[in-house]
Amino acid sequence: MTDRLSTRFAACAAEGRAALVTFVTAGDPDLTTSAAILRALIAAGADIVELGMPFTDPMADGPAIQLGNLRSLGSGTRLRDVLAMVAEFRREDDATPIILMGYFNPILAYGPARFAIDARAAGLDGTIVVDLPPEEAAELVPDLSAQGLHLIRLATPTTDAQRLPQVLAGASGFLYYVAVAGVTGANAATATDVAEAVARLKRSTDLPIAVGFGVRTPAQAAAIAVNADAVVVGSAIVDTIGAAAAERANDIPARVGALVAGLAAAVRGARLAKEKAA
Amino acid sequence: MNLHTPSLRAGPDANGHFGAFGGRYVAETLMPLILDLERAYVAAKADPAFKAEFEFLLKHYVGRPSPLYLAERLTAHLGGAKIYLKRDELNHTGAHKINNCIGQILLARRMGKTRIIAETGAGQHGVATATVAARFGLPCVIYMGARDIERQAPNVFRMKLLGAEVRAVESGSRTLKDAMNEALRDWVTNVHDTFYIIGTAAGPHPYPELVRDFQSVIGREAREQILEAEGRLPDMLVAAIGGGSNAIGLFHPFLDDASVKMVGVEAAGHGLASGAHAASLAGGRAGVLHGNKTMLLQDEDGQITEAHSISAGLDYPGIGPEHAWLHAIGRVEYQAATDVEALEAFKLLCEIEGIIPALEPAHALAAIKRMAPGMARDAIIVANLCGRGDKDIFTVAEALGVTL
Repeated sequence: MTDRLSTRFAACAAEGRAALVTFVTAGDPDLTTSAAILRALIAAGADIVELGMPFTDPMADGPAIQLGNLRSLGSGTRLRDVLAMVAEFRREDDATPIILMGYFNPILAYGPARFAIDARAAGLDGTIVVDLPPEEAAELVPDLSAQGLHLIRLATPTTDAQRLPQVLAGASGFLYYVAVAGVTGANAATATDVAEAVARLKRSTDLPIAVGFGVRTPAQAAAIAVNADAVVVGSAIVDTIGAAAAERANDIPARVGALVAGLAAAVRGARLAKEKAA
Repeated sequence: MNLHTPSLRAGPDANGHFGAFGGRYVAETLMPLILDLERAYVAAKADPAFKAEFEFLLKHYVGRPSPLYLAERLTAHLGGAKIYLKRDELNHTGAHKINNCIGQILLARRMGKTRIIAETGAGQHGVATATVAARFGLPCVIYMGARDIERQAPNVFRMKLLGAEVRAVESGSRTLKDAMNEALRDWVTNVHDTFYIIGTAAGPHPYPELVRDFQSVIGREAREQILEAEGRLPDMLVAAIGGGSNAIGLFHPFLDDASVKMVGVEAAGHGLASGAHAASLAGGRAGVLHGNKTMLLQDEDGQITEAHSISAGLDYPGIGPEHAWLHAIGRVEYQAATDVEALEAFKLLCEIEGIIPALEPAHALAAIKRMAPGMARDAIIVANLCGRGDKDIFTVAEALGVTL
């Protein structure tokens, strides 16, 4: 099968730019709006989409994404609805990679083998499971691999040289670098720290490096896009959805689109701007 | 112990699993810390100086050994088995929680950590953590569900007196599980200097193992004491189960003694059929939460459901992984007691023995009320009276319709 992730990363690299990865919680604030948000993300320039699988206890997430999870669950979103939403989306877009991101328990309850089969059938490309480190990944990896799906591994500021080989063993798709030790939506890492970390990781792997956590503004995204292969923005988008949902706005997808367009322009122009400055 | 039978006390395995349960289901940021902690604990266990300091503090600061008390009037009232109470409610801070906190803060100091965090439900673990943090001069933040703060005001004040900062957790069900989420978020944010003192025998490996080991002083003492008092091992051990640290502490030293039956008592809240309970073995399924695989209250989609118990200390939708395993292999029998049964047992112990128990061990007493009358008069029960009830008088007054 054509791997949407490697195709998309290659296309971005050919354009001499990083990819923009956007995160939203599926079903936030409800499934219908969420499906429209998904389209708006891509129309505004997102290259890859991470869709959060809502969970009652998102231990690694800050307040913004916690609330996104609650809004989604509150409107009745179930994992099978998320898969159906992706399947529907695939009828019009078979190129944009979509990664599910979340916690292990909903997958365990769904059944790892059935999850992998249904995720593949829906047109997903892989999954990030926050609380499934390499030590426990054997519970899911064989089922995902059998369906050609990636389990995206995470490296963090606490991943030292001794630990990194274990993170990279069996990693595929891309490597997600969590730029700050903390929860999602936390303070940003400095551009210098991120650049050094990306350089260090690139010495150990040929996988594309996506950098996330604490990236909120076009300027922050641009600074990371100079060195990284992809920039992930999540909480800033989820905050926008939350604020719009709170005022019962009917233009949530448009507001998200406007935010993402700014991020996409910054990411696309980052290396050019850097060259000009030099 | 039968030499042909593998010991039931050998777990967990190298990866922290007790059978199908346990493990290390944490964010990658925490993995290096968990592995560090494991190395530090292995080294501490092998260090006689660590053991000596732990035992010194248990004796002179906590007040151990706690007595094993023959509850004669309770025994006569129930008219069956002889009932001994392991008096861990007499410990400094009023519960068994301090045993574990002493062990963990010694580990924290050994690892060079300078800041302590903890979650608490009833507040007993929070008080015990604030206590050892004060004793060792370390700043301390306690996460507590906002709902628990309302129903455990005396313990909140105690923690503050001890110098801890108590942070109210407003997310989710605003109880123990949410406090644990928030403590994990703090830990992942402050990995460089912070030690997380988990209060029960749950969480990612090596916590279930080290909490059990620190709490096993309860069972080791009880074993010596009952041999001295009766010249033989008890027929039955009984303990209440929330996360299960007092129970595993009592049970573990006896696991290979096949003649000793063990009963863990979960909180049945308004009744198992009501759906409003905290009995994760009786009413849950295997799942992953808070760093370990264990039995959890959850819906068919794997979303965690809210637990209910009159006892804030049992109000948790999970259970320690070693209990999940002991349940699966049938070594320990798990029962449940409702809020009403626990309240009745609470009142009985007050009136008949002059002991005000915490609502947590009142659940164990409720199970004893059911079982003891049907047992022979020469049978011996040892129950863990793991906490005193001072903290619960407001909850009990409300349940009894009394205005203080």
